[in-house]
Amino acid sequence: MYGTRFRRAVSAAARVGAARFLGGQAVLFCAFALATAPARAEPTGRIYVTNEKSSTITVLDGRSDTAVDEFATCARPRGIHFNLDRTRFFVGCADDNVIAVYEVATAKLVQRIRKMEEPETFDLSPDGRYLVVSNEEDATATKVNVETGRIEGEAELGEEPEGVLFTRDGRTVYVASEAANLVHVINFEDMEVRADVFVGTRPRRFALTPDEKELWVSAELAGEVDIIDTASNKLIGDILFLPPGFRREQVTPVDLLITRDGTTAYVALGRANHVAVVDVARRAILEYILVGKRPWGLALTRDESRLYVANGLSDDISIIDTKSRRVLKSVPVGMVPYGILIDD
Amino acid sequence: MRAATILALLLFVPLAAAAAERTPFTIGYLEIADDARYAEVRSYAGLKLKTRHRPYAGAEAALRESRVIGRALGLDLKLLRTVAATPATLAAAVRDRRDETGARFFVVDADAAALLALADVLRDDGVLLFNISEPADRLRRADCRAGLMHVIPSRAMLSDAMAQYLAAQNWHRVLVLRGPLPDDTALADAFARSATKFGLRIVAAKPFVLSNDPRERGRNNVRLLTADPAHDVVFLADSDGEFGRYVPYQTHQPRPVVGTEGLIASAWHWAWERHGAPQLNQRFEKLAGREMVDADWAAWAAVRLIVEALTRTGSTEFEALSAYLKGDALTFDAYKGNPASFRPWNNQLRQPLLLHTHNAVAERAPLDGFLHRTDILDTLGVDRPESDCRL
Repeated sequence: MYGTRFRRAVSAAARVGAARFLGGQAVLFCAFALATAPARAEPTGRIYVTNEKSSTITVLDGRSDTAVDEFATCARPRGIHFNLDRTRFFVGCADDNVIAVYEVATAKLVQRIRKMEEPETFDLSPDGRYLVVSNEEDATATKVNVETGRIEGEAELGEEPEGVLFTRDGRTVYVASEAANLVHVINFEDMEVRADVFVGTRPRRFALTPDEKELWVSAELAGEVDIIDTASNKLIGDILFLPPGFRREQVTPVDLLITRDGTTAYVALGRANHVAVVDVARRAILEYILVGKRPWGLALTRDESRLYVANGLSDDISIIDTKSRRVLKSVPVGMVPYGILIDD
Repeated sequence: MRAATILALLLFVPLAAAAAERTPFTIGYLEIADDARYAEVRSYAGLKLKTRHRPYAGAEAALRESRVIGRALGLDLKLLRTVAATPATLAAAVRDRRDETGARFFVVDADAAALLALADVLRDDGVLLFNISEPADRLRRADCRAGLMHVIPSRAMLSDAMAQYLAAQNWHRVLVLRGPLPDDTALADAFARSATKFGLRIVAAKPFVLSNDPRERGRNNVRLLTADPAHDVVFLADSDGEFGRYVPYQTHQPRPVVGTEGLIASAWHWAWERHGAPQLNQRFEKLAGREMVDADWAAWAAVRLIVEALTRTGSTEFEALSAYLKGDALTFDAYKGNPASFRPWNNQLRQPLLLHTHNAVAERAPLDGFLHRTDILDTLGVDRPESDCRL
């Protein structure tokens, strides 16, 4: 099975090489461009998926939802993010201690931010000038100037920092520490830790409600989402997931998203192979959607009509129609897909 | 975060407390200077088959990764290592450390006899001991002790993991090759129990000897030993390893070898790559300069368990911490998936186990399809109904 996968990756890489050489790629992707939003680059309609075990990035065409390309990137790529105007995207590679910067339009590597200690995930400051990166091995979060690649601040955190999330005003950044069961509330300006909040076992990712009054945190081994009141930094609630037929220990939530209108949350349940749909106001689970094996990464399209799910242990992406809450399609990608970026 | 733990979670800790103002909390660590298990054993011609390292680095790694938890709790966490000259001086060392530092939790790296003697002497001393390196089943059965917690899996758990794997593979007919040492007997006995439990058939259990004597060929020749009866797999019980290393690829029929060679059941392996394991392995390797093995993992887990109790109870009181550790609210992240907790009937940490070759983890036990009425982790080892431990 591995042999086949590697061969496919190699031949995909070869195809890319040829396309780039002929300058054919730009033409190909222009055809997929959708309506332009102001102060933003023309969307390419592409979907980028980081594959942490094959160290590749798979490119899907968002219209046909088929893989059109797979190219080699740095080692163990995980977190993936746009820059402010969506002309570039960042990929964190833990095994190379680097954040690679690609041009969205061409998928060309344009910059390497080096000397990052095992970057896993990160978030872009609202002004687009900084990344805050969780350094998994170093138990720190670093403030990286995007333009210069320099580290301008660091916070000492619990072991295995993971999810990173900025508030809209850019003043506060939240970082979860998986091994310490802590959410760190960090003052971005000087990277001082303002509060350490204990949550459920193995906190992973965050979502803020649109009014930023509630911070939702997935606790992987507790099988729940914990809700923190952002004004007091206190836990005010939790949602325990248990799809029918599963046991508590099989439910390991990781990524979560809240829709722009703040009504609905999607939570990837890891070993339970489902995505939960949650009514945010009532904190009630509306439905469990069966996807591939061990879903972690989630991404919504701009119009929120489609939810893309990275299934880490079945090496594919499930594409969910959010209205009918049904999986429309699953698309094979590289080995152990982690992050998804949709350029629409 | 259910009701039982919500109190602890409501703790919101201001960070003003500098290290100097933090309350010290000391965890004891004990080992024995002349522990025979760590004596260097050289095989013929200077080959070193097994090098066992003291697992202290595991405890050290756990303490390091707890420093920020200490900050959040307002505690100055410390680890105090004591090397006792002999097993007989262990108890005195525990009492000294307790009186000097207030330490009540002790991670103990010692064999079955030393652990048992220690637990008996300290029965009324208000301390809790954590076994990190002794798999003997008797410590989880008739010789169990209330003050002795087992972080390292028992032999019964390890052989149950293997039996599940063989059953899942449909390798039901097993030929057992058994060495002459007491540990070999223990391994073979544990496997026989597991075979019955999971419906495997031991077609024969043959003793082997390490020798070149042609008159002994029925017991020293691997081809002859494995010629009959018909079997699907060979289970090797050879704790020494000198005979066993020549068994794979030398069998009469092309049959896989499991047990102490080939596919092995362990608490931990450096090639385990799920549930956060790569991060733990990398942290350990950076600190210790070697790969993490079972006892290292158990030493790490013991310290992390104590820190977890501090976190969730918000207390430093011995009774509160012990009750939390022994209670059912514990959901310890063992870096192996399913949350781990202690079995109330024998103080054994229930945990997933790894079935691995020299460089890959083939499976994690419990395997899919093995069910249990309360917790599938209890398909591994001595379950409550058959437990003869009286705590």
